[in-house]
Amino acid sequence: MAALTIAAGTGNWFSALALGVTLLKCLLIPTYHSTDFEVHRNWLAITHSLPISQWYYEATSEWTLDYPPFFAWFEYILSHVAKYFDQEMLNVHNLNYSSSRTLLFQRFSVIFTDTLFVYAVHECCKCIGGKKVGKELTEKPKFILSVLLLWNFGLLIVDHIHFQYNGFLFGLMLLSIARLFQKRHMEGAFLFAVLLHFKHIYLYVAPAYGVYLLRSYCFTANRPDGSIRWNSFSFVRFISLGLVVFLISALSLGPFLALNQLPQVFSRLFPFKRGLCHAYWAPNFWALYNALDKVLSVIGLKLKFLDPNKIPKASMKVQFQHTVLPSVTPWQRLYAQLIAILPSIFCLWFKPQGPRGFLRCLILCALSSFMFGWHVHEKAILLAILPMSEHFELPIKILLMLLFTIYSISSLKTLFRKEKPLFNWMETFYLLGLGPLEVCCEFVFPLTSWKLKYPFIPLLLTSVYCALGITYAWFKLYVSVLIDPPIGKTKKQ
Amino acid sequence: MEKWYLMTTVVLIGLTVRWTVSLNSYSGAGKPPMFGDYEAQRHWQEITFNLPVKQWYFNSSDNNLQYWGLDYPPLTAYHSLLCAYVAKFINPDWIALHTSRGYESQAHKLFMRTTVLIADLLIYIPAVVLYCCCLKEISTKKKIANALCILLYPGLILIDYGHFQYNSVSLGFALWGVLGVSCDWDLLGSLAFCLAINYKQMELYHSLPFFCFLLGKCFKKGLKGKGFVLLVKLACTVVASFILCWLPFFTEGEQTLQVLRRLFPVDRGLFEDKVANIWCSFNVLLKIKDILPRHIQLIMSFCFTFLSLLPACIKLILQPSSKGFKFTLVSCALSFFLFSFQVHEKSILLVSFMLPLLLKDELLMPSVVTTMAFFIACVTSFSIFEKTSEEELQLKSFSISVRTYLPCFTFLSRIIQYLFLISVITMVLLTLMTVTLDPPQKLPDLFSVLVCFVSCLNFLFFLVYFNIIIMWDSKNGRNQKKIS
Repeated sequence: MAALTIAAGTGNWFSALALGVTLLKCLLIPTYHSTDFEVHRNWLAITHSLPISQWYYEATSEWTLDYPPFFAWFEYILSHVAKYFDQEMLNVHNLNYSSSRTLLFQRFSVIFTDTLFVYAVHECCKCIGGKKVGKELTEKPKFILSVLLLWNFGLLIVDHIHFQYNGFLFGLMLLSIARLFQKRHMEGAFLFAVLLHFKHIYLYVAPAYGVYLLRSYCFTANRPDGSIRWNSFSFVRFISLGLVVFLISALSLGPFLALNQLPQVFSRLFPFKRGLCHAYWAPNFWALYNALDKVLSVIGLKLKFLDPNKIPKASMKVQFQHTVLPSVTPWQRLYAQLIAILPSIFCLWFKPQGPRGFLRCLILCALSSFMFGWHVHEKAILLAILPMSEHFELPIKILLMLLFTIYSISSLKTLFRKEKPLFNWMETFYLLGLGPLEVCCEFVFPLTSWKLKYPFIPLLLTSVYCALGITYAWFKLYVSVLIDPPIGKTKKQ
Repeated sequence: MEKWYLMTTVVLIGLTVRWTVSLNSYSGAGKPPMFGDYEAQRHWQEITFNLPVKQWYFNSSDNNLQYWGLDYPPLTAYHSLLCAYVAKFINPDWIALHTSRGYESQAHKLFMRTTVLIADLLIYIPAVVLYCCCLKEISTKKKIANALCILLYPGLILIDYGHFQYNSVSLGFALWGVLGVSCDWDLLGSLAFCLAINYKQMELYHSLPFFCFLLGKCFKKGLKGKGFVLLVKLACTVVASFILCWLPFFTEGEQTLQVLRRLFPVDRGLFEDKVANIWCSFNVLLKIKDILPRHIQLIMSFCFTFLSLLPACIKLILQPSSKGFKFTLVSCALSFFLFSFQVHEKSILLVSFMLPLLLKDELLMPSVVTTMAFFIACVTSFSIFEKTSEEELQLKSFSISVRTYLPCFTFLSRIIQYLFLISVITMVLLTLMTVTLDPPQKLPDLFSVLVCFVSCLNFLFFLVYFNIIIMWDSKNGRNQKKIS
């Protein structure tokens, strides 16, 4: 209480923001939770009750352990705290167990681990220079960044309503980025390696890290025109980086190597065979591809080009087979992802722009992987039946989204474009169109007769509409990265 | 940043906090046979929809007054009727006569919570926003901070969205009244305040300041000319609004009397339950409730109440000012609360000693969270611990007067700072004790009585403090800048 008083009393806005969002998270405790809650409870049970040799083999529940070993150890540590809340949740056979104490523990664990995220945001804010001193608090870039990150609506909804641990993972990544900005490359590399072994999905951005560290850390100097100077290669740095990555991987995978379980672990981490039938309408390139395919098949039917018997029935599942356009296999999607990130990687190599360039490349890698990724979500089928409990949380989601959007638009406008509007007319139109779209999907559609016949239409519409926007943004970002001239070494970052 | 963006953000935060609190349980959830305030509100929808107006306040076979009989003025009844029409459209089972008693379901909870939110959004929140925007002589940042703190006030949120009531309607109307009267829209202001009184008779706490302020304004304009005209117009407005609200009940004298009997239950005694009232606290030392007969209790409370608020009101009549008006509102409300008859704990809407009530409703987590949020918002916005000079506390003139008798009285602000800290610490300790420990066997009400006692001392202090500000303000009124 004393610390709180002191922190708040001295007008420390960062603490007030962090405390405020933590209190909001506490208020979100009684909201509904998705299947991810059961997933994590199951993992607590597995890591607590079973020996290590069983962790990646256990399959009593359908939610098997499919994250790398560090996350399993994390759940193991959590389980030792969990046993003081409710012993029963640690029983592997207690499927879908969710007593109030379990709920309380799980929610608090997310809120608590978010401390790392708060620390990481604090570090990121230190990296942003505050050039103009006399500015009002709400116009400082540090303040705006803190609000946008700490009160991020997406993170709040996914972590604290649906239930996941993205907060502290994202915090790890932000911290490693901050360290790279602060020229503490070894720490940045260390943190990212640790992150990879927590959640392997971050492999998507590993190329950005790899290329940046190689280009800007291992090669210690550039020629005056910015291109690479081959003889400045520092073997020591290269070896030390490699050592760090190797040691961490050894720590993580070592025990499983000793138990000869590596193939099993990898099959759990990269399930190529699983879930190829059900897929979610993620708003990326494939949504547009599938939509186009559907449209063409409808046209083809009308114009009698296609045989009606060969077309699969429309359903919630996105099929593998396409009717008009060529079908795409998982390996082809992987190639598409690799090709998509290549230009940004090349940019990072040939036109290094310091940490800023790295950040842009990282974002592009992540976005491109999303654009061409094949997203598997079990929740897709469950969403076909909207439970009553979701209606209660709907206003919260809308309110948080509005809050975030209004704040972002106004603050970004203050930061970057005081005279011109933030978006051109096309972009404004598009963003405003989201409102009517949501109204149609949430309120109008359930009242129409199409609800039973085509239950996937709201998802499809939302997906395609968002996909358009995301593709546009991705494209614009790529163009800006490729066209921007390289910044010389003398300019301050 | 533009003011409207920030204000929208603040309103959205307020709405988010309100809706997340409403996810929790309500009063009397799953507790037959009487349930709680939630069931009371549902029952009133049932009664007002199914029975004719003449039977709303009377005991009959269809309307058992012992089971949550209507005890608020007609406007609440009309509001319930409106909600009942909407309920009928969605699911008639919710308000079916007799059979819907104790109806509980997720869908119904969503409906009831939505009615509270809509009432709040239409009446209370616009009043707060406008009020903060109309505050003079402070920066935009301070206005936004004011709005944030008012909207985050935990008492109102927890009672309205947790326990379940519609206080925001009456408070909102009262705030519109304050706004109107402060900005010289006297007729609209008095109309709004009449609506507030006709929604919940508790707002009578604020009626005297309104009356005195408006009377003072009339006197100032001169009783022979414009002042008299204004007085007549105000009287007409008040009478007209009362007639409008009570129209169906004025047809028979018996109707009006019965409603009044329901609104002011003088049969019940000086106090009920544990309230942070003078009488309750006094009862700890000397059992006045049992010693004195009923009519003496009435007279005593009447006298004390009026004596305590007389100085401020007279001052307001003689020197009407917006600032004095606002302070008098607070001090009169405090006087009424501390000294009057049959006071209910919710009349003051203060979190700390509603704790037993909130614990019963399983609202511990939201109450802790919202109180902390409010505290943080206030402390960050107003830097309480830094700026406590005498000027800030508005006690400058008082301390100057005292110093003419006691030259060494220079440490007033320090005293107040310490008192504040002590009171906060005491309340936190008491709260912790109430939540974690069990009271000793011989004194089962120990903690609630202690909380009430300490709260009562706090309120007494504030009563004295506000009265000092009001009384000592006039001497320098003309010299200082006009602060509304």
